[in-house]
This record gives sequence, C-alpha cells and structure tokens, in this order.
Amino acid sequence: MAGRVTNVVLAGLGGQGVLKASDILADAARRAGLDVKKAEVHGMSQRGGSVTSDVRFGAKVLSPMVPQGEADFLVVLASSEVEVTRPLLKPGGVLIHPDLVPERQLPNKRSLNVALLGALSHYLTLPEPALLDAIRAALPERLHAVNETAFAMGRAAAEGKEAVK
Amino acid sequence: MERKLLSGDEAVALAAFDAGVSLGTGYPGTPSTEILEAFGALGGRAQWAPNEKVALEVGLGAAYGAARALVTMKHVGLNVAADPLFTAAYTGVSGALVVVSADDPGMASSQNEQDNRRYAVAAGLPMFEPADSQEAYDLFFESVVVSERWRIPVLFRMTTRVCHSRSLVLPREDREAPRPGLFERDIPGRVMIPAYARPAHKRLRAKLAEITAFAEAAPFNVVQEGDPKLGIVTAGISYFHAAEAAPAARFLKLGMVHPLPLERVRAFARSVERCLVVEEGDPVLADAFRAAGIAVESKPEMYRFGELDVGRVRRILARDVSPERAPPKGKPPELCPSCPYHPVYAALKKLDCIVAGDIGCYTLGVLEPYQAMDTCVAMGASVGVGLGLRHVLPPEQAKRVVSVIGDSTFVHSGISGLVEMIYNPPRSGHVLLVLDNGTTAMTGQQEHPGTGRTLDHAATGKVSIEGIARALGVPSVTVIDPFADPGGFEKLLAERLAAPDLSVIVARRPCILAAADIRKWEKQATERAGAVSCTACAKE
Repeated sequence: MAGRVTNVVLAGLGGQGVLKASDILADAARRAGLDVKKAEVHGMSQRGGSVTSDVRFGAKVLSPMVPQGEADFLVVLASSEVEVTRPLLKPGGVLIHPDLVPERQLPNKRSLNVALLGALSHYLTLPEPALLDAIRAALPERLHAVNETAFAMGRAAAEGKEAVK
Repeated sequence: MERKLLSGDEAVALAAFDAGVSLGTGYPGTPSTEILEAFGALGGRAQWAPNEKVALEVGLGAAYGAARALVTMKHVGLNVAADPLFTAAYTGVSGALVVVSADDPGMASSQNEQDNRRYAVAAGLPMFEPADSQEAYDLFFESVVVSERWRIPVLFRMTTRVCHSRSLVLPREDREAPRPGLFERDIPGRVMIPAYARPAHKRLRAKLAEITAFAEAAPFNVVQEGDPKLGIVTAGISYFHAAEAAPAARFLKLGMVHPLPLERVRAFARSVERCLVVEEGDPVLADAFRAAGIAVESKPEMYRFGELDVGRVRRILARDVSPERAPPKGKPPELCPSCPYHPVYAALKKLDCIVAGDIGCYTLGVLEPYQAMDTCVAMGASVGVGLGLRHVLPPEQAKRVVSVIGDSTFVHSGISGLVEMIYNPPRSGHVLLVLDNGTTAMTGQQEHPGTGRTLDHAATGKVSIEGIARALGVPSVTVIDPFADPGGFEKLLAERLAAPDLSVIVARRPCILAAADIRKWEKQATERAGAVSCTACAKE
C-alpha cells in the first residue's frame, strides 16, 4: 500500500540517547525523500525518567504520535522499559530488545542507541546511505567511526537473528 | 531551499529570524524554552527576562518603537504577563508584537492544563494556532502581517506536541533584515488614563470586527472537502489526529482561533449531517459556536482532560465514554543521584519541616524518598504561602514552616514575597531557603539574572540573591554549600527555625548537570575580559 506509514517507537531512560536515535531515524527518512514526523515529550527526561519517542514516515504523515498498539517497531534501549512499553507494539510488530547487541561488545557503550538503529535498519526499506549520512550529521566527527561500527554490529545481529529463525 | 526537519519551537525561531524580528525575549518554560535558544543560535537578538511580565513589557516597548518583537512563555507564564497584555490590547503597537503561549494539555511538565485560548477572548486579541512545524513557520508570518496591519499584539498558541514534535519545513528563500526602531509620539494612544482608555477600548473592538471579517475569507481557515456525512471543525494538532481517525470526513480547519469566522462555521455546519468539534482542552470553540446558534456536537466531558491523540479522537467519533486504558507507566523522574539538593531535603525531612515549595527541579523533593514538600502552586508562591501558614498556625507548627525556592524562581517572582516578609513578618519569624544551583535547571539549564550571564552565556550584570536579602533588611542572611557541609547545613536550618526572626539561607552549589558548562563560561568570560583590557591598553 503506497500510503502506508511506518510507525517506530524508541524507548529508554533519560541520558541513553533515545532522542538522538529518533532524530537520526527521522533525518534519514527526510534524506530518503519521505514525509516524516517525530514526537516526544521532553522536560523531565534529564532527570532519569522514562523517555519514549515516536517516529513516523511514509508518503504523507498526519498525527505525529504513533497510536497506542500500532507501532510496527519498538526499539528499547533499557531492559527495564521493555514490559512497560510492549503495549505500544501492534500484534505481530517487531520488538528490538537491548540485549540484541550486548553493550560490552560495543566499541563505545554510549553507542547502543545507534547499534539498535542498525538492527532496526535491517527491517526498514530506508536506504542505508541515508541512515549513515544522518548518523554522521548528528554526531561530532570523532564519534563517527565508533558509531558506524555500532550500526554495522546492530544490523549484523538482526540479520543473524533472522537467519536463525 | 532544502526541507528542514524542525520542531515547532525551531520553526517559530526560524520564522522570527526570516521575518526580521528585532528582539526576542521571554522566560524559560517547557515547552516554549527552545524558541529563544534557537532564535539566538540563528543570530537573532534573544534574551531571557527575569519573568514573563517583564518580557512582555520589553517586547511591547520594542513594538512601540516600530520594531518586530517576539515574546515567548509557557501557558502559566501568560498569567504573569496578563496585566500588561490586557492593556496592550488597548494601546496597540506601532511595529509587530507576537506573543507565544505554549500550552501543555496533559501536563507533561506543568502544574495545570489551563487553556489559553480563553486569554484571546478575554483580552480581545487575535490568536493563531499552528498544527505542525510548517504551519508554525507560515502562521508566524501571518501573525506579523495581522499585528502590523491592525497595529495589535497577536497571540500565538502552541501546545506541547506542536512545540516538541519535529516535522518538515520548507522555509522562504529570502529573509527580511530587522528594521531600525522609530519613535512616534502618541500620547492618547499609549497613555491609558481613563479618558484615553475609553476610546481605546472602542478602537480595539472595531479592530476585532475588521479582523473577524478578514478571518471569514482568510486562506488559513480552510475547508477540506470530504463526505458530508461527517464534518469536523478543528484547529492545531487536533486536526492531524482527526484527519487520521476520520480520513473520509469533511473538515473545516482553523488556523486562527480568535476571532472566529462564525459565518463560515455556520455554512460548514449546514453542509454536513453531523458536525463535530474536535479540540483539546476546554470546549472553547464548541461553546463559541453554540453561543452563535450553530448546532455542533462537542466531545464528551472526559476528553477535556489530557492530550488528544488518534485513538482518543476515534473514541470521540464513536461517542465512546467507557473508561480509557491507562498509558504505560514509566519510571518517574527523580533528583539526579549527585544533586546538591539531596542533603537539603534530608534535613527538611529530618527536622519535620512544613515546606511551602516552589517550581523547579527541587519540586522533585516531594517524591520518594523525601516527600519533603507540602505545597507547590505557582512560580514564587512558596514565599507568600509560607508566610500565610506562619500567620495562622499554632506556634509549635508555625515555627516548622520553611519556604523553599530556587534561584531562577526567586528572581522570577520570589523577590516580592521577600518584601512581604519584611513588611508583614509573622510573629514566629520565617525562614526562606533559596536553593541556588546557578542555573534554571529544570527547563534545561538556562541563564537568569542571578547567574550574571546572558542567554548566550556571555558575562553581564549579576543580581546577588543574598545582596537583595541584606538590602531589604533581613536580619539573618547566610550562604552555605549544603553538599560540602550537610551537617553544618542541618545545624544552621535548625538554628534559624528556632529563632523567632527572619532568615534567608542561600544553599549554593552548582547543578551537577550544569557545573562543567558553568566553569567553561566563567573561563570564557574571564578570557574575554582579559582580551578587552589588552586592547584597551594597546589603544592608549
């Protein structure tokens, strides 16, 4: 269906880079020439509370918020947030769990957000260059290499998981 | 021009920059804060005021001086600025004055969910309401046009979702440069003594009648054709939720929510079988339509509360009033692990204080593990509320009352409370505890007059909190670092509570999140000062 909108919810705790990850994803959709909207509530997030961010992209996006239970993808950065956010996912939707890419294997632990975006990218039709360009645009140059590695590790982990199925 | 992915706040900032706004001022408040930060980052002249009333007055002065001015605040800030706002509606402006009111339906980070569309009606001012970032950009220009054409301040209502959601914006190719100011004397127009204010009120109503006629034909109030079985009148973010929930419906989407194009609404309502108003918050539009004799259906009362979304609009369409599924409960925010306020709240709890609290990060002291806050109402209210409690409580309770306020909030509106404390001291005395972490922490570490740095962190005049307290004649003024000396802090607090006189304790320690930046800005300021003196030397 041409008018189909892809609904992604990213979740985690304040300070984990949930909003940075959703900025990157939304920018990648923009670079791919799609309409895109992104919604979240800031304010309290710096105080370590729960953070969720909605990204929707497609030919034409109306509401910026993913209706509850209609997320195609739920990307969770903190295992404590998995169960509380699971109701946001539609039946049959894809949950990307933080354990998919063990933090200790990453060249930089703070790039878990980008690693999980890499995992998500396996399922999306967004062109990989758009995602990588968005990552580079969002981060200072000294972090490009570690995040590109993290992205590739996430993507490989998702592909591997898929192959096992 | 490339499409940009901007938040509503950033879109307003870009529009203000492209429209040649000479001055942007306001007070930080979620969800409005990023507008001035983004305007300043683009190169616009942006500054924080001590509070919203002062911000509006500075903006009004600029607009009297024929400039284009932007004033930003959260919804409750407009309460603070309401006094000048209502009379500015009478005086009008020579340039443009756009006042952003960022409402917070659902109270993501606010103390109430007041609907500021009521202010437009009460003050008699035009109000625009964008639905996404592109509209925020475009309608800002419309606001400037209306403000200049009718020489009237214009309200620009945003909501949390519009402020903080990102969507694509195609900006204009060209940018206007800010105009130089120009003073033209207009004593009867701007000096609101009763003799001049009476005709001014009539002028305002005449302007509104003209703006109503303009709104009836304006392209930002638009009909979107659809199945006449269902017609939806809506504005702002609600439009997108409704368009998704009822894609086949016919829509009348309003870009301006005051004054209303009632004849267009009447014709629209007649053109459809079922005419439903979809709006967040109070039924402001529905009530106005019904008062004009237009038969519309309003949402059930339960949808007055909280934000709307696609799911809730589907329920409104189905007239579903069954209990709603609770949204997922996440982890609540808390004081940062190494927040300097931990020892403060530990002491307040240990001494069993009755705490008249205020608004900021430190409000989180109300949650576990401290639960050491008994009231929190409005910016600056801790001082007056604490004094009122002291006046009436029996002595053994009165002497446990402490007013607790942050540094930015103290400068915002705590100072008048301190004047009251000197003027009408309770018999038991009083203790005002100012928690000074050197920043407006809760909204994202903005500067304020007490930090001695401007919005862009350059050094400027610095207001001394303890200096104000001493100048007002508070007999005991103490500055202490509660984190470095928790025992000393607790002892001091106990002593001042036991003394039947007035005390101000400034608990000073930089916010843990801001400390590194504060050191950087202080260093920059010193270097800049050094550079200036070197140049001065060379000249001589």
